[in-house]
Amino acid sequence: MSHHIIEVKDLQYTYPDGTPALRGVSFLLTHGETVALVGANGAGKSTLLLHLNGCLIPQAGMVRIGDFPLTRKTLPHVRRTVGMVFQDPDDQLFMPVVYDDVAFGPLNLGLPQEDVEERVMNALSIVGATHLKDRPPYRLSGGEKRSVAIASVLSMAPSILVMDEPTASLDPKARRQLIHLLKTFTHTIIIATHDLDMVLDLCARTIVLKEGQVLADGPTWEILQNEELLDSGHLEKPLRLQGCPRCGGERECP
Amino acid sequence: MANIESSFLDVSYLDTLSYQTTIIHRLDPRIKLITTLFFIATVLSFGKYEIAGLIPFVIYPVVLIALGNLPIAYLLKKVLVAAPFAFFVGIFNPLMDRAVLVQLGPLELSGGWVSFASIMIRFILTVTAALILIASTGFNSVCMALEKMGAPKSLAVQLLLLYRYLFVLGDEASRLTRARSLRTFESRGLGFKVFTNMIGQLLLRTLDRAKRVHLAMRCRGFDGEIRVSRPLKIGGRDLGFMLGWSGLFVLMRLYPIPQWMGGMVAELLK
Repeated sequence: MSHHIIEVKDLQYTYPDGTPALRGVSFLLTHGETVALVGANGAGKSTLLLHLNGCLIPQAGMVRIGDFPLTRKTLPHVRRTVGMVFQDPDDQLFMPVVYDDVAFGPLNLGLPQEDVEERVMNALSIVGATHLKDRPPYRLSGGEKRSVAIASVLSMAPSILVMDEPTASLDPKARRQLIHLLKTFTHTIIIATHDLDMVLDLCARTIVLKEGQVLADGPTWEILQNEELLDSGHLEKPLRLQGCPRCGGERECP
Repeated sequence: MANIESSFLDVSYLDTLSYQTTIIHRLDPRIKLITTLFFIATVLSFGKYEIAGLIPFVIYPVVLIALGNLPIAYLLKKVLVAAPFAFFVGIFNPLMDRAVLVQLGPLELSGGWVSFASIMIRFILTVTAALILIASTGFNSVCMALEKMGAPKSLAVQLLLLYRYLFVLGDEASRLTRARSLRTFESRGLGFKVFTNMIGQLLLRTLDRAKRVHLAMRCRGFDGEIRVSRPLKIGGRDLGFMLGWSGLFVLMRLYPIPQWMGGMVAELLK
């Protein structure tokens, strides 16, 4: 199933105002991997994500999704393969009713009416939001919006999911539910985030970006233990790996 | 500040009303749109001094409000908000048109006052009908109906997106004003200059958001056409609604029903 692969080779991107965002990023994701993309603000995470489904076209270097290199010609195919969940669900949910929003992608793929209906209800039931289908998106809570935004991407049956800060602005319970949900997915998933505790739960592999370059790429467990590396990447050990706040982990806390 | 927020709550209340499932709400949006347009056209087609002929038309809003379970006080309040526009359109008539038209005992009514009253009645009837349409159908369905009936697609899409992001923009504006008022003391910082900055800020944020929304749409295969899956179906009841009301409107337009009724009452009293 080679179409679940993402390959990025020496990717470079400079914004029109001259700010370099990516300066030669390379990595390879294989089928079914869940990978975290971490790094400081402005390290290039979002710019990299925008390349993965063709919102930006590489200026130099290459992005390959499955068997297709990303070019303007392969864009429709790439967008069908890669589902992108944006950071702000309000950007993603633009239709007046939840159902229409989840149906937006499948209808644009030109699927027949019955298939669309089936896909929409299926996607909504995966995220546990079938009861929201007739509600307007602006009336949903933050957690509900996030679920629906994910459903609106799932309904296109992508093989790769790209998520930008999925746990941002969620309450702890909603965050936990999201993590459980993502654990059940078999897609290849790449998550840009600052939530390192979630990374610990979800992602076996972590890529650290710094100033538009890959600072480290390896098993999450090793990277999140390496304090020197974390510090240079503007990161911090996940709270769970830090000592107890009362005794500093020096002794058994009662 | 509180004003912006409460008026947005008001708009979304209108939207909430459209989620009911009364017999009126279940009618096809196109049918309601056509009937409302026909109602407005008939009301507007009367001569400029007509008052008596307009009165029977009250039956349409009254019946729809009753069957559609709509809060009449709320709708009237909305009509009042828009009333100044009609008031200023009509208020010069009494000054221009001083010829006496009606003699009520010692009271002489000039043509200007009669036409002014006529304008106000028409205004109340048509605005109420439009509000009822939105409250019983929902803005989105009205847009869909417009599109299905051949209005330009881009217009319908614009209206849909406008309505969707009205609330987001309203939220953003109220956050901005709240942030300002929290750091405003003794009305310093409330000036026009700060206000223009805020408007500019809002515009920039809106442009940014528009860009992100467009990206999100492109990611899901948007190609300039918005497809909506719900097929609309016009049934016998819908047709009955439209033809029944339209027929009644024509009757009320062509025949002086108040005079007949007056005549009947006079007969009975004799």
